[in-house]
Amino acid sequence: MRNTRTKVLLYVLNIIMSLLFIIPLLWMVVSSLKPENQIFADLSSLKSLLPLHITLDNYRMAFERIPMMKYLFNSLFYVSVICISGLGVNSICGYALAKLRFRGSEFMLACIIALMIVPFESILMPLYLVVNALHWVNTWFALIVPFIANCFSIFMFRQFFMDIPNEILESASIDGSGPLKTFASIVVPLSGPVFATVFILDFITHWGDFMWPILVTTGESLRNIQLGIQTFFTLPPIFYGQIMATLTFTTVPIIALFLLLQKYYVQGITSAGIKG
Amino acid sequence: MQTAINAHKREQLSTFNRQRRRETLVGYSFVTPAVLLLIFFLVLPFLLAVAFGFTKFNLLRPDKIHFTGLDNYKLLFTDGLFYKSLWNTLYFTVIVVPVQSAVALMLALLVNNSLKLRNLFRIAYFSPVVTSMTVIAILWISLYNPNEGLINSALHFFGISNQPFLRSSSQAMNSIIFMSVWQAAGYQMMIFLAGLQGISKDLYEASSIDGANKLQQLRYITIPSLYNVTVFVLTITTIQAVKLFVQPYIMTNGGPENSTRTLALLIYQQGFQFRNAGYASAISVIFFLIVVLISFSMKKLLRDK
Repeated sequence: MRNTRTKVLLYVLNIIMSLLFIIPLLWMVVSSLKPENQIFADLSSLKSLLPLHITLDNYRMAFERIPMMKYLFNSLFYVSVICISGLGVNSICGYALAKLRFRGSEFMLACIIALMIVPFESILMPLYLVVNALHWVNTWFALIVPFIANCFSIFMFRQFFMDIPNEILESASIDGSGPLKTFASIVVPLSGPVFATVFILDFITHWGDFMWPILVTTGESLRNIQLGIQTFFTLPPIFYGQIMATLTFTTVPIIALFLLLQKYYVQGITSAGIKG
Repeated sequence: MQTAINAHKREQLSTFNRQRRRETLVGYSFVTPAVLLLIFFLVLPFLLAVAFGFTKFNLLRPDKIHFTGLDNYKLLFTDGLFYKSLWNTLYFTVIVVPVQSAVALMLALLVNNSLKLRNLFRIAYFSPVVTSMTVIAILWISLYNPNEGLINSALHFFGISNQPFLRSSSQAMNSIIFMSVWQAAGYQMMIFLAGLQGISKDLYEASSIDGANKLQQLRYITIPSLYNVTVFVLTITTIQAVKLFVQPYIMTNGGPENSTRTLALLIYQQGFQFRNAGYASAISVIFFLIVVLISFSMKKLLRDK
């Protein structure tokens, strides 16, 4: 009897809290599907959360005013390149630090852990000057290259590779397979989860890139989707429905990816928390 | 005989050395791409930030740089805007960290059970985390709209009159705080949840045999077991909080009356809008020291299990 009461209480509390967390996002999606005047007419009633007059006009009109598809493509492109090349560069570095004995490897690992502390905000300006000196401003290089190597990813890979038994690697090297081949044909297939985790953590981070793209993209051509919606938001005439359409459009891909790789994302967050 | 053994040993040793040398070579070649990238795009900019802190130059004329010693730092400690930004950053941090962590712990306790719909609730709490901050900030500008916003409509329902939220210097920062907690609590919830699931069930069973109630279990088992996880959560939340940038940049641009200007926003504005690269670097260095201080306090607070 007491158990049922606890259960009911838990359900009630959960439902109230879930509503608090979901209502703003629900309002965003529902409003994006409504005619502009209906959004305001419904504002003071529960109808504001119900899609009663569904129309795609907001999407159509917003897409006519700004190149949303181009922004989407830009974001998907450069974020994918960062993440995929990052998987290569960081995994192989993490592997060397975990499994190969060479002079200075411990010092390198210590440096990489120490560098995890440096906040991006504090190197923003000199990084801009470096990128500027390379004549990379307003090129894909500026958005991609500085973010391929990532101390946190290297550390995650290293932690994971430490747990791979040495016997497997040794038997491969007795069979005459070179270190790169051992890594590619034995280590990588065993390490799907850590690759998925690093990928999704990195992807969600860079999908939200905002501060850096403001600085290094000067024109429309390289603008990412976050900058796109921000400029649209300040572009008169302002229509709520159209703004909500662009926000929803921006959110859908990342939610889809999250649901696909949810397990790995959560593992990534929590393993960092448990291991410290 | 002796020489033959020695020769054999020498041969063994040289194969060993050769292997060793080969492993070293392979090791260096494996770390080189990452290390080079980190040196160019992290270490070098960091050293430059420290060096630039002692200089004065315009961002667009990096060739006309001159050394000014500690002038930037002297200026910094007499600059009212710096103190205001530092204060705002600390205010945001001091409120957000305990509130957000408490909300996160509460959510974790709410979904750490065998309810059928618990995964649905978890996704609900987590959905704002995945949504980018730009989207959230723009969405909440609309929600906070003083005349036609959803929140004021809801407040009307409870008989509360229109609030100015982001347009008032006394409410703007608190509005950003509320939104930030809402956005990020799900993240810390996940970490707490993993911590909760790591606590042995035996502890609860034993204590309930001894007659402990749920509240006592929370006080004497759950909270002490979560010590390290809590320290970690507090640290990452603090570091995230002192970096506050996107919300004020998009929602208030630091206003009204500088009430939401933060250190990260000040670095950005001094560096890129006013082009005082040296001065902005000096603020960056202070900012970095604050983050280091937080990280080291965590190291000190962590207990070995």
